[in-house]
Amino acid sequence: MSYFLTQVLNGLSYGLVLSLIAAGFAIVFTSTGVLNFAHGSIVLLGAYLVAVLHPTIGFWPAMLVALFGAALVGVLINALLVRNLADPEPGAAAILMLGVDIVLLTELTRRIGNQVLPVGAPWGASVVRFGDIALPTGRVVAAGVTVVAFAALWYLFSRTDLGVGMRAAAADGPTASLMGIRLSRTAATGWALAGVLAAVAGVFLTSFPSPGVAPTIALSAFAAIPAWVLGGFDSVPGAVVGGLLIGLTSALVTGYEGDLEHVLGAGFGEVAPYVVMIVVLLVRPSGLMGSKEAVRV
Amino acid sequence: MSDLLRRLGGVALLVVALALPLVLDDFWLQTGLFVMAAAIGAVGLTLLVGVAGQLSLGHAAFAAIGAYVYAWSTGETTTSVTGGGLPPVLGLALAALVAAGVGAAFSPVAGRLRGIYLGLATLGLVFVVRHLLLNLTDWTGGFTGRSVESFALGGFSFSNRDPDYLAVGGVEFEGLHRLWYLFLLLAVVACWLAGNLRASRTGRAWANVRDSETAAAAMGIGVARAKAAAFVVSSAYAGTAGAMLALAYGRVAPDVFSLTASVDFLVMIVLGGLGSVAGAVVGALFVTALPLVLAEYSSALPFLAAPGSGGLDPSTASRIVYGLAIIAVLVLLRGGLAGAGRRLRHRLGGGGPSGDAGTTDPDTPGPGPTGRTAPASGTTDPSTPDGSHPAAVTHPRSKETTR
Repeated sequence: MSYFLTQVLNGLSYGLVLSLIAAGFAIVFTSTGVLNFAHGSIVLLGAYLVAVLHPTIGFWPAMLVALFGAALVGVLINALLVRNLADPEPGAAAILMLGVDIVLLTELTRRIGNQVLPVGAPWGASVVRFGDIALPTGRVVAAGVTVVAFAALWYLFSRTDLGVGMRAAAADGPTASLMGIRLSRTAATGWALAGVLAAVAGVFLTSFPSPGVAPTIALSAFAAIPAWVLGGFDSVPGAVVGGLLIGLTSALVTGYEGDLEHVLGAGFGEVAPYVVMIVVLLVRPSGLMGSKEAVRV
Repeated sequence: MSDLLRRLGGVALLVVALALPLVLDDFWLQTGLFVMAAAIGAVGLTLLVGVAGQLSLGHAAFAAIGAYVYAWSTGETTTSVTGGGLPPVLGLALAALVAAGVGAAFSPVAGRLRGIYLGLATLGLVFVVRHLLLNLTDWTGGFTGRSVESFALGGFSFSNRDPDYLAVGGVEFEGLHRLWYLFLLLAVVACWLAGNLRASRTGRAWANVRDSETAAAAMGIGVARAKAAAFVVSSAYAGTAGAMLALAYGRVAPDVFSLTASVDFLVMIVLGGLGSVAGAVVGALFVTALPLVLAEYSSALPFLAAPGSGGLDPSTASRIVYGLAIIAVLVLLRGGLAGAGRRLRHRLGGGGPSGDAGTTDPDTPGPGPTGRTAPASGTTDPSTPDGSHPAAVTHPRSKETTR
């Protein structure tokens, strides 16, 4: 029983980290209509900045630099590339982001090489015990930070002019623009927010129990895509639900791999999120909490 | 006039392609085989993404299915893997058919989703297929893969044996030379079929679905059916390309058909210009040959370091170059290389209208009832001589109207 509970808690805390990344996908998508395939690289970039800077300037200042760096890269990608697309349409933007991802990821991979860089998180490799359930402290901190981050997002989107403007821009860009909302500003805010969330998630993905920053982190950020799709493409609460579901699924499938292996094959934990995603898309093409498209033919 | 020039150019290219095995060494022959296999896959994908407007990140999954179906059906049963022992021609046909069948099985999803939504769903396919390849070890050989029987036709083998010695013009024709002609034939047929399909009723229906599903439905096009059909055709192309890759490698393994391979296919068609068959071929040439050539000649290029030395090694350099190439083409060139080439021809030939007709679709029936396609009609000149290029670029929306 405690094994089961440990898996569930692990899955939920991992799921919360995934939901940070998924929320980044959703925010960029709603604010600029771009499927940001470079998001994984930005997650890696955030973690890499912390890993490189923390020995000299300490963990928290490094974290601050990483947040700014990731946000800045996002804003620059939007301002310099996405807004200057020759054929501005979602497919071209998605492929552009694949190109950005290739460049960023290749360069970061070259810099990291074969090493695994520790991020030097202050909670180290300690473990929190609840009765006979043990959970890495990093995961507990991650869960707390994620909850705070989503509370802040909720406040931003429902209580501030900027957030309401972003929602208006997402709902109907031209009309919002006529009402005096600057679309360039809401778009930049969206990309910056996504970058900040990515950097936070990157640090949690690379601190204990993970050994450190390695290029594969960008690929595990890909696992947030099913979470995003599951929740609905344009919904931040959906990203949380999707993240939790995907986190639980992969933790349970991986945790009980021994029992499942002869049915589903080895390594099904990596595939399970995508299988769940395809099934959900079949039943509900706009995800669990996404807004339905108006046109059906 | 320009049509005649195009045909002459095509014939000249074909003659060159036929003569190349007489002069090329093994490295270039091998590269050529990979390019031709990739070109067929890219042409299939450009039909799906460029013409029918459905983003797919799952092309490598269908290529994998084709490759493994060929490997399994033509292979012999050994201690580690089973095999069908069928004739290679049948294996090649099966590769395309099974891949198309899987595409059809996926069409309930493909028919319901559009654009990037479909792209994400197909992303899942790559991971699922990879999982199957790793786990169905009796058929696939698992992580290390399985070897592939060489192609043969009526006792003539496309390998170094049977006949042991074959020479044309004093050059010994070995397996690579023989495969070159087989691949060239397949590639030419595939491009010809794709070009015709794109210009046909079906292709125009697909382009119409891409531009506006509502308008297409109003004109009597079965939207779900058209989308599913595009998916099936593209899957068949991918299956064929996969089988050819298997032949060119002589071995299949799951890592060949990773997500990177899917992205590579997309990059090919974007660089070439979405919807353009010739563009897809040029894109395949660039994406496939660049890493191989950089790796082969890295010692001659001073800015490249040896792999593993921490410097800029050839594979890193080629990935950065083509990442930048994608960005540059998407930001600077409307309609990719094909679009740029078309504009250049207009400018040089002077026969065409000065308007940028390359990005509009002269064959698409007029503005849709929704009015979404209406702005395009302003830049469309019905006398465009470029009628062989329907559905050239993704959207009829012109830059001027969206800014």
